[in-house]
Amino acid sequence: MAQTTSDHQLTTTQRGHAPAVPAGTEAPAAPTQVAPVRRPAPWDAWWPVRFYRSSIGKKWVMAVSGIVLLLYVLLHMIGNLKVYLGRNEVNHYAEWLRTMLTPALPRTVALWILRTMLITAFFGHIVSAYQLTRMNQRARPVKYQSPRDYVAANFASRTMRWTGVIVGLFVIFHLLDLTWGTANSHFVRGDVYDNLKHSFQRPVVAAAYIVANIALAIHIYHGAWSMFQSLGLNNPRFNAWRRHFATAFAVVIGVGNVSFPVMVLAGVIH
Amino acid sequence: MRVHLRVWRQPAAHAPGGFEEYDLDDVSPDMSFLEMLDILNEQLVAEGREPVAFDHDCREGICGSCGMMINGQAHGPERGTATCQLHMRKFDDGAHIVIEPWRAAAFTVIKDLSVDRGALDRIIQAGGYITAPTGSAPEANSLPVPKEVADASMDAAACIQCGACVAACPNGAAHLFTAAKVAHLNLLPQGQPERFTRVQAMVDEMERWFGSCTMHGECEAACPKEISIDFIALMNRDYVKAQFKNRRLIAQSA
Repeated sequence: MAQTTSDHQLTTTQRGHAPAVPAGTEAPAAPTQVAPVRRPAPWDAWWPVRFYRSSIGKKWVMAVSGIVLLLYVLLHMIGNLKVYLGRNEVNHYAEWLRTMLTPALPRTVALWILRTMLITAFFGHIVSAYQLTRMNQRARPVKYQSPRDYVAANFASRTMRWTGVIVGLFVIFHLLDLTWGTANSHFVRGDVYDNLKHSFQRPVVAAAYIVANIALAIHIYHGAWSMFQSLGLNNPRFNAWRRHFATAFAVVIGVGNVSFPVMVLAGVIH
Repeated sequence: MRVHLRVWRQPAAHAPGGFEEYDLDDVSPDMSFLEMLDILNEQLVAEGREPVAFDHDCREGICGSCGMMINGQAHGPERGTATCQLHMRKFDDGAHIVIEPWRAAAFTVIKDLSVDRGALDRIIQAGGYITAPTGSAPEANSLPVPKEVADASMDAAACIQCGACVAACPNGAAHLFTAAKVAHLNLLPQGQPERFTRVQAMVDEMERWFGSCTMHGECEAACPKEISIDFIALMNRDYVKAQFKNRRLIAQSA
């Protein structure tokens, strides 16, 4: 049977998916009705604002800033491994960071461009994480009254918030200790090798450093996997490798960073 | 077999609730979980007490009506199983079983174990359909669908909208539900014309009611249809792509 639907199609295809009800014009909810936990972005808001208002947009920011932070953490660790090559190597490397791209750019400008990107990524990561956490708390105001029995969530995924906070607090101390030197009485600007040695010869600092870097490795174990999902990078052919990648990244960062205080305390770095 | 039940009782939506304890002495291991609750309710009615309210319909695992937290797991300990298809033989004799309703801001308790899952319908209303004239089915060969695509779409379409993903999610997110409903249509050729407006509309509606996804994977483990969290990645990708799609502009550029 031939279908004569051409005129009908015209009207239906024009209907599309316009926002069904413009914000703020809905009828007030009846007392028994469920109220939304969040207001949507205004329908005419600038698209990046609308995108960021969604949890998917915030997770996208988490993933992209996470990639910047992962790259930084990896390069930072590789740079630090130069302490094993000796005092001159690592101090020379530290000086190179400041003179990078000279004379095309004035001294430290390239470094500050990288630092700006890093600071932006850091704040983007923290602000999104905070807002997502608040969103999740609002999505379940009444908790389960009986104990939950988690099946799939692992230790890393469930402690992201806490490992993140530990790493964040550690970064502040780390800057005070080895960048500004205010928390390190032996601090000499530019002498990376001795600064590191004097810092880790304090057992409490070495212990805090080890704890923070184990937290960082646990954070990476979940983050470096779930960033693929947040960005929509999913292909059955490569999915198993996402897990291997995250595990390897976490182990490399964890082992590399923890080795520094351990080797100072063991007297290898002296 | 004997079971010791600890069941959430709540007379109405905004009334205070609490656990009540019941003992059942003569439960057959062949009973489904809901049949066990039927026995409990018969016992309660015989004693002149209020029976436990819970949602159920087909009892064949396909309607999505039933659902409750059983010992801290959505739909109980058996994977890929709705509450109605969970049998008492999965529990030990003399087992202690705690039963609680789904908990989420969008899932208000109506009574006891029965919750309002209307927020999921709102997500469907926002875009979980194809704007097409209905009539008699078109000739099947006029629109070829690759086998792999049909299979993937069917895997997503298996969603029965029970809400276990939201209930199981530590964040109270409905990403697995929305992703399944988005993917079911967005994978098929019939879904392409509205692909990006659909994902935008459905996600925006979801955002009003539910939390965010942190990829714990609890939803996938709880899902009675074992829908994969891979669909969430697909939804995320389409949602990002939708930000850059403006087909209207292309049409106007001449």
